[in-house]
This record gives sequence, C-alpha cells and structure tokens, in this order.
Amino acid sequence: MTTTQPETRRLVVEMRDITKKFPGVIANEDVTLEVRRGEIHALLGENGAGKSTLMSVLCGLYQPDGGSLHLALHQEELCETVLRSPRHAIQAGIGMVYQHFKLIPTFSVTENILLGAEDTPTVLDLKQSGARIAEIAERFALPVDPEARVWQLSVGEQQRVEILKQLYRGAALLILDEPTAVLTPQESDALGETMHSLAASGVSIVFISHKLDEVLAYADRVTVLRGGKTAATVDVADVTKADLARLMVGRDVLFSADKPDAELGPDALVLHGVTAMGDRSVTAVNNVSLTVRGGEILGIAGVAGNGQKELVEVMTGLRTPTAGSVTVRGADLTGKSAIDFIQGGVAHVPADRLGQGLAGNLPLTDNVILKSFRSEPISHRSFLNKKAIREMSIRLIEAFNVLPGDPDAKASGLSGGNQQKLILAREIDATDRLAVGDEPAVLVAVYPTRGLDVGAIEIVRDALLNQRAIGAAVVMVSEDLDELRTLSDRIAVLHGGEVMGVVDPASTSKDDLGLLMAGERLS
Amino acid sequence: MDLDLVTSILAIATFAGASLVLATIGEIFTERVGILNLGVEGMMIMGAVTGFATAYRTNNVWLGVVVAGIVGGLMALVHAFATITLRADQIVSGLAITLLGTGLASFLGQVIGPDGGPLVGLTGPKFTKWPIPGLSSLPLVGEGFFNQDPIVYSLFVVVPVSWYFLYKTRPGLYLRAVGESASTSDAVGVSVFGRRYGYTVLGGVMAGVAGSHLSLSYTPGWTENLTGGRGWIVIALVIFATWNPARAVVGALLFGGVNAIQFRLQAEGTNLPASILNMSPYILTVLVLILITRTDKLRQTIGAPAGLGIPYHREERE
Repeated sequence: MTTTQPETRRLVVEMRDITKKFPGVIANEDVTLEVRRGEIHALLGENGAGKSTLMSVLCGLYQPDGGSLHLALHQEELCETVLRSPRHAIQAGIGMVYQHFKLIPTFSVTENILLGAEDTPTVLDLKQSGARIAEIAERFALPVDPEARVWQLSVGEQQRVEILKQLYRGAALLILDEPTAVLTPQESDALGETMHSLAASGVSIVFISHKLDEVLAYADRVTVLRGGKTAATVDVADVTKADLARLMVGRDVLFSADKPDAELGPDALVLHGVTAMGDRSVTAVNNVSLTVRGGEILGIAGVAGNGQKELVEVMTGLRTPTAGSVTVRGADLTGKSAIDFIQGGVAHVPADRLGQGLAGNLPLTDNVILKSFRSEPISHRSFLNKKAIREMSIRLIEAFNVLPGDPDAKASGLSGGNQQKLILAREIDATDRLAVGDEPAVLVAVYPTRGLDVGAIEIVRDALLNQRAIGAAVVMVSEDLDELRTLSDRIAVLHGGEVMGVVDPASTSKDDLGLLMAGERLS
Repeated sequence: MDLDLVTSILAIATFAGASLVLATIGEIFTERVGILNLGVEGMMIMGAVTGFATAYRTNNVWLGVVVAGIVGGLMALVHAFATITLRADQIVSGLAITLLGTGLASFLGQVIGPDGGPLVGLTGPKFTKWPIPGLSSLPLVGEGFFNQDPIVYSLFVVVPVSWYFLYKTRPGLYLRAVGESASTSDAVGVSVFGRRYGYTVLGGVMAGVAGSHLSLSYTPGWTENLTGGRGWIVIALVIFATWNPARAVVGALLFGGVNAIQFRLQAEGTNLPASILNMSPYILTVLVLILITRTDKLRQTIGAPAGLGIPYHREERE
C-alpha cells in the first residue's frame, strides 16, 4: 500500500508497560504501543479492551498508574515524557480527534480552532486567523468554511474541523477515535484517503477501531488489545481478517451465525405511510411503510441521525406521527400513548440504557417491575407486593445472569453489559407474557450490542434470535453492518427519514448497503 | 409626556439600575463559565450591610465598598467550593447561600452598630454625586448619565470592557468555552477548575459591591430587607440580557425605570397596584425565555450556555 518501508522509519511514540486502573477495573495492564513517523497505526480491540483508556493516557487526560511514555514528535531522539494534562500532550505534538467531537456548537470554526491553539493572541483577530485556517485547510485538502458555526455543519465537515484543529496547532501525531462510526462507507473511504495523504506528508496516525475491514483497508500496522493487554502488533500486509479476529477475541470467530430459516407468522407491526417530526421541527421520518411479521428480525440500517430515533419512537408510542398509521397486532394504535403500545404488545430495548431503559438510582427490583407494576401479582389495587417483586427479580436476574446479582443494588452500579441484560430480561419477560396465543409480540431493540463486550454481545444476540424462534416480531436498529447482516432476515435502510429499500442481507453486498445509507437508490 | 419627566425618570432609572448592572454582569461571568449562582440576593444584602457598617465605623465609603466586595467574594467562594470541588447541586447551594445571607445580614444589622447595637436608622457616610461639568447639564441624558456617583460612573468602563473581554479576547473565548462544554474545553487544553472558581468569585465580588451601592448611595443607610429581591431580578436580567453584558444595561435601565415610574405614578395618584409593575421584569424574562427556545437558530445563537449547571469531573467514565 505504501511505497516506503515502515520498518526503516524512526519511532515517534513509545508507550512502555502502561497500566491504568479504575475502581474495580484494570483498564490497561502492561500495554505497549509503538508508532513510527508517517505511519497509519490501527489500535484494534473489542469494546472494553482498553483502547480508549490507552489513548486517554496518550493525550494527557488520564495519568497512568504504571509504565512510561517516550516521545519524539518535535525532536529526533525518543525522550521520556510525563503528560500531566491535555495541554502538555498538545504541546508535545499529540492531537486527539474524539468520536464525539470536542467542538462547541455555538462557536464558529475559527473560534473552535483558536480555542485549542497555543499561539492564540490575547486580543483575537478572527479575520486573520480565519485566513490562516483556510490556508492550512487548502494545503491538506480539507475544505471547510472558517466562519461557519459548527452546529450548521454536517458530521463529515465537523470531523474535518477536528482534524484541521489538530493540524493548526502543529500536531505531528493524530489519534482518531473510531472515526468511521458516524460516517457512511463512502465517507469512510474519503477519510481513508485523507489519512493516507496526511501520512505521506509525515503525520503519524493512530486510529482506534473495532472493525476488522477498515483496519485492513486503511492501516499500515495494527496493535491488538484484548482484555486490557497487548495481544500483538503486526503488519497489516501479513495478516488476514481471521487472524485479526482471533487476536482480538482470543478464539476463532465465526463470521456468520447459524440461524434456522424464518417461520413467518402473522403481521405484528404495520407502519403505513408514517411521517413524523423530529425534535427540531423538521421532518425526521418521511412516508415510511414497513411490515414486521412474527418470527422474523427486521434490521434497520442507516448512518446515525437519519430518522432511526424518531422511527423507533413512533413504533413504541413515544412520538405521535403527523401522518400515516401504526398497527400493532391488528389494533390501530396511531396517536395512542406509550402505555397503550406496551399493553398492546410492544417491548422496547432503548438505545440509552441509563437514560431511557433504567432508573439508575433505583435498585434492580424496582427496575425489573417498571413495566409490570400495574398488574397482579406485582401489585394488588394500589399496593406493591414485595414478595412477588423479589421473586420476579431473582428469577430474571438468574435467567439472564445479571452480575452482580444483588437485587437491592442500584442499577447505575451495573456495567453496560449487565444493564443491557437487565433491560432485556424485563422486556423479554413482558413479551413472553404477551405472546400467548397466535399473536406474536413485538420487540424493538435499538443498538442492543453497542458498547458491550463479546460475552454480553453473544447473550444479547442469542436472546434476539430466541425471540425470533418463538415467533416474536423483532425490530433491530444497529450501526454495525456485520451484525445486521448476520442476524436480520430483512434489512430496511434509512436515509433522511425515508426507507431507501428493504433488502435481503444474503444477496446484498456491504457496498450496496453503503450506497443505500448514503441516499442512493439501487437500480 | 414632557421632557422633564423623561429626564427625571432616566435619572432615577440609571441610579436604581446601577447595582443591577453591576451584579448582572458579575452573574453573566459566573453563568458563562457554567455555574448558576442563585446566591446573588444573599451576596448583595451581605455586601449592603457589611459595606454600610464598615463605612459607618471608618467614615470611609471606599473601604465599605472594598469590604462588601470581599464579603461577596467569600460567599461566592463557598458556592464555588460546594459546586465545583464537591459537585453539589448548584441550585441548592445557591438557595442556601441566599437564605444564609439574608438571615445573617438581618442579624448583623442588629448587632454591629455602635456599642453592639443596631445599624437601622443610623445616618452614615454616603457617596455624593459628582456632576461632570458641562455634560451634566445636557438635556435628557445629562442628569441621568453625568450627575451620578462614582460607582455609576465606573459602569462606563465596566460594561464595555466586560463585553470586549467576553467576545474579543482569548481569555473571554476560554471563559465562554468552559461554560458551553467543560469536557471539550478540558480536552483542548483549556483548564476548567480554576476558571470556574475565578469567575464565580468575581461574580460574587461584583454582587457584594452592587449591594454596597444600595446602602452607601441609593437608599442610603441600612434597613431590613434593603435589597428587596434585587438579587432575583439579577437572575432574571441575565436571561433577559441573553448572557450579554451590553444587553444587560438595557435590561437594568428598564427594570430600574420600573422603580422610577412607580414613584411617579404614585405621586400622580393613579391606583395601578405597585405589584403589577414589580412583576414586569419577570414577565419580560418569561417572554425572552419563550423567544430563545422558539427556534434552533435562536437557541444556538443567544440561548443559555450549554454547560450551565453541569458539574465536571475529568476522570468520570461515561
């Protein structure tokens, strides 16, 4: 891919035996990372493998509990450095581009860039600084208007502002934290080209990822983290996707899940011509018609912010459509409230676990009964039945192996994976009770595996497949194309609030999915 | 309406609005850095009582102003420690400081007079008007803007400098950035902790000094409940001014003017209840709040700092 031999280039970063502990967790243990000049170095690992912690140490946000850091970004020789704060890291030539952009929406591009720059004069001259930004933008082929307010920019443009910000302040090492998570495959390829041209001009790049394909496509070398430790550092040219997966997970990984053919039941959830407004009074869901039948998983794909949130809210009764109808198990629930949808047979595993899924300060017991507290035996008239609540909590905690399984512990004390297991336990219990007879229940799961470790992901996926097997209609919103292709029977692709197409995952390539996500209809 | 009436209303509006401008700009600094300080009323009244007591005992009004500023600053330091270091709820801490301040001021007013007696009813030193030769006899604005005491004159410097500082300088950029997003600021190397402390204390100092203007010039003297809820008007004014020092002046004059008009109306013998006029600042504030949340664009351009009221802790995992 690159013509020069990476081995001959000098080291610019060496992290030796880095250890970082959090209360109850060792996030990094004796991790070693070496980056050369002008290299694109991928940092690969599952969620929770310690990638973000390691990079937070490298950009001065966290202080390591052990190990040492050696830098040669502004000089020839490696030199041991202690980064006491992000400011130190910036001075040392390290620039971090976060997945969640560190930009202030109300500020202009120029103000955002000046915010982190070392040489910003005491009295601002926005015109002159803007001109200098435009000049750097041109040199690195990163077009952006310096006077635009950040909240007016697209996600891709905001990412360019982030990269530009680091270059403006003279970063010689760019850290990109899961930079493609918010991009379409095509935008990702454009980012790949940008990375290569930056590397060619001598900038070193570390990009964090848990996606094997993009590591193989964009990186020169890759360091794999597993369980907070370094699994290996290898040249991308020397490895296959299966090799990387084995290093990352610690065992052989199958890229397809065995699932029996769908046994389709009756229509469970029917959206007909649904249009809904978003929070900003613009049309977020536009004339969407979808039918989900019992016994199938309908995947919803799309770049974040293309109407998934609003569509899910329509499906669960949290948002009233301005046009069209929503029918659940034969009953027209258009305009009804969330409680009607719950009682009508719709379960919801929301994207925001602590925000929408659980009441963090309440114990597990209270969280378990959030959807059943109105009915016998959990309550009788207006009074809660403590004993029944406890029995139900213990039953569900054990069934889904929620750890630690203390029913009186606060829900916010659980890890992300265990929070998700608790929500699934509650929602699936609700669908189980509703699924009596021929009418299938509906389970809407939004980003169900986001941020979870491998073990928890398997539990979640098994639970979804199991629901499908017993005849429930499952809707799964995900940003992980591999997951969508593995689990779904059909995939609906959203762009700008419209369904660009409903496709069969087996016969649709990832590129075609990408085109649909970018808003192009397949001919 | 004849010219004399307008002139005199403007004069009273400026005089009454001075303490509002000072405290509002202080609170704008504090809120712009992300800290909501509902203790303004407490800090103003403590500034008023300590300022007057100091001036009475030392016969030096300037020393009174200095002590009032220090007292306001110390109270803000308590708020800063509770909300920034301990990450306590900003609303609870602010309300507690107001309750503490009003109670303590009332108590001090009973015991720090001569021989441990009350301050109420004493006549002490006060700021005198310094008419500016020539300018003070201008029609319409002469009386209001150029025949005032030195605290009012100081606003001619404080207001433009605050505005310029906030929008045109690097420290101002940093200050606004911390209030918009503390984690973003920290990540780009703008430290949050010191700025939040500094501007919270500055806001307290300005509230204290504003309080002393009431007891050393506007009223003057000490009576129970001297501030009469001006600290709450300040909180409303910050919103009315949409966190902009220049607009704060307009708001403060308007609300100061409410006082003036009230006196006039009473003198003329109308029976419009005073409460209606007293409500007007808050009604206007609600209208502004409705306005700035109407559209995305307005919220983004003149809305509240996005990080207002949100504590920050660097190593807290999301």
